[in-house]
Amino acid sequence: MIVDRGLTQAPALNWAALEPAFDILCPMHLRLTHTGHIVHVAPTLKKMRADIDLIGKRFLEVFRLDRPRSVKSMGELTQRARSKLHLELRDEPFTALKGVLVQLPDGQGALVNLSFGISVVEGVQDYGLNSADFAATDLAIEMLYLVEAKSAAMDASRNLNHRLQGAKLAAEEQAATDTLTGLKNRRAADHILAAALAEDSEFSLMNLDLDFFKSVNDTQGHAAGDYVLQEVAKVMRAETRKGDMIARVGGDEFMFLIDGLTKKEKLLEIANRLIRGIEKPIAFEQTQCHISASIGIATRSRGDSEGLDALMLCSDRALYASKSKGRACATFFEELD
Amino acid sequence: MHGLINKSIEAFVKDTYGDDAWRAIGAKADLEDLSFEAMMVYDTPVTTRIVVCATEVLNVDCADFLQNLGTYLVSQPTQQAVRRLLRFGGVDFVDFLYSLDDLHDRARLAVPDLFLPNLELREHTVNQFSLTIRSDLLGFGHVLIGLLTAMADDYGALVMLEYGGSQEGVETIAIALLESAFAAGNRFELGARA
Repeated sequence: MIVDRGLTQAPALNWAALEPAFDILCPMHLRLTHTGHIVHVAPTLKKMRADIDLIGKRFLEVFRLDRPRSVKSMGELTQRARSKLHLELRDEPFTALKGVLVQLPDGQGALVNLSFGISVVEGVQDYGLNSADFAATDLAIEMLYLVEAKSAAMDASRNLNHRLQGAKLAAEEQAATDTLTGLKNRRAADHILAAALAEDSEFSLMNLDLDFFKSVNDTQGHAAGDYVLQEVAKVMRAETRKGDMIARVGGDEFMFLIDGLTKKEKLLEIANRLIRGIEKPIAFEQTQCHISASIGIATRSRGDSEGLDALMLCSDRALYASKSKGRACATFFEELD
Repeated sequence: MHGLINKSIEAFVKDTYGDDAWRAIGAKADLEDLSFEAMMVYDTPVTTRIVVCATEVLNVDCADFLQNLGTYLVSQPTQQAVRRLLRFGGVDFVDFLYSLDDLHDRARLAVPDLFLPNLELREHTVNQFSLTIRSDLLGFGHVLIGLLTAMADDYGALVMLEYGGSQEGVETIAIALLESAFAAGNRFELGARA
């Protein structure tokens, strides 16, 4: 049997007489006989099992060893003297504890000191412990303070994050601009169209879908796709007039409000310029991106009674006619059969 | 000054004098945003300006205002965190007084950019102490008087506190402990479940 080196040198001591001192220094310790039976329980441990008399019970009957798990007997346990033990109480609450055992000389048994380790937060809750239940030198109280202070600080930070997230969503909700292209977004487009109808203005609505854009995204990646959209937006700005509205209303869908213009020749000229501009190869890194555009146009004259939805449906149907004609062209709603 | 401090003043004014009073103070102090964020850092002059404007709008004495703020921080049911974190400092009131020396460092353990005033306790006799306060927020001593009064109640101790004035930015408080176990005090469970 391994007896602790330091202790073999000590003159024969009456360990029982030292218990009051040990109770203060280590309020969670136990003294065992050489057979592994409990002969002394320090005050905090006593408080943790107030309704059970642990005296006389076998240590391994009260505690289960989680690590090292192979230990099944007192003899095996004493082989583990001085090293860290991971234990758990065998009845509820199954508090996890850390421990260390020292072998006493002359067959006087062993001392085991225990501590909560990381389970200290649950420990103080489960057993209603207070400062006096810990040794004055124990860092448990500081640890509890830190846990509580940190969770209060985390709560405050989490609140801030929630509010910032909410503010961000609200700002995006109110935004009128598509952040990628700088064009108007769907929300803004709906507002501007509704206002133009309310004023009973003359204008044309042009729907534009990019052709082959999906294949750029799929084969060359989203970065290429984003770049193409930005370049396309430049073409759109260049080929329209200052007062016209250009909105990106979907991934590769755009909408134009051409203010005060309903003449077909003029509109067709704008549409063809747009298509030609968009068809120019766009260089991205080492590759050239080739896309085109299909356009549908609906015109609105002063006094027309159709609402916004009807107008949008017209330009949309014209757009689909362009697509079914083989793309890269513009169609007027009025020309549909 | 840390947002936690500004937020505390905001909560104190709102709970004690009402939302309208806070709006009036915010307007007078030219606050961009009426609501402070606890986890952000603001310029110190903002804090000073709020305190000055609050005393003017509410027509109260500055020392009284700050002292009531200190009491509020500990005794307000919605601000339990402060009371609990302070109670971790000691098992009795004297133990707690000594923990004030570490307050600055303890606060920074929890919130690294929260710089609370540096406090130093001196023991003159077993029941006579003095506390010196070094802070860039002048008048913090008054906040501490309110806070210590409330903490003494919490521990059940009977104390007399006297503001010793300030010299070159250093304030002092004289603390006389008349009885350490005068009343039962409030319970403090280490592991209170949130």
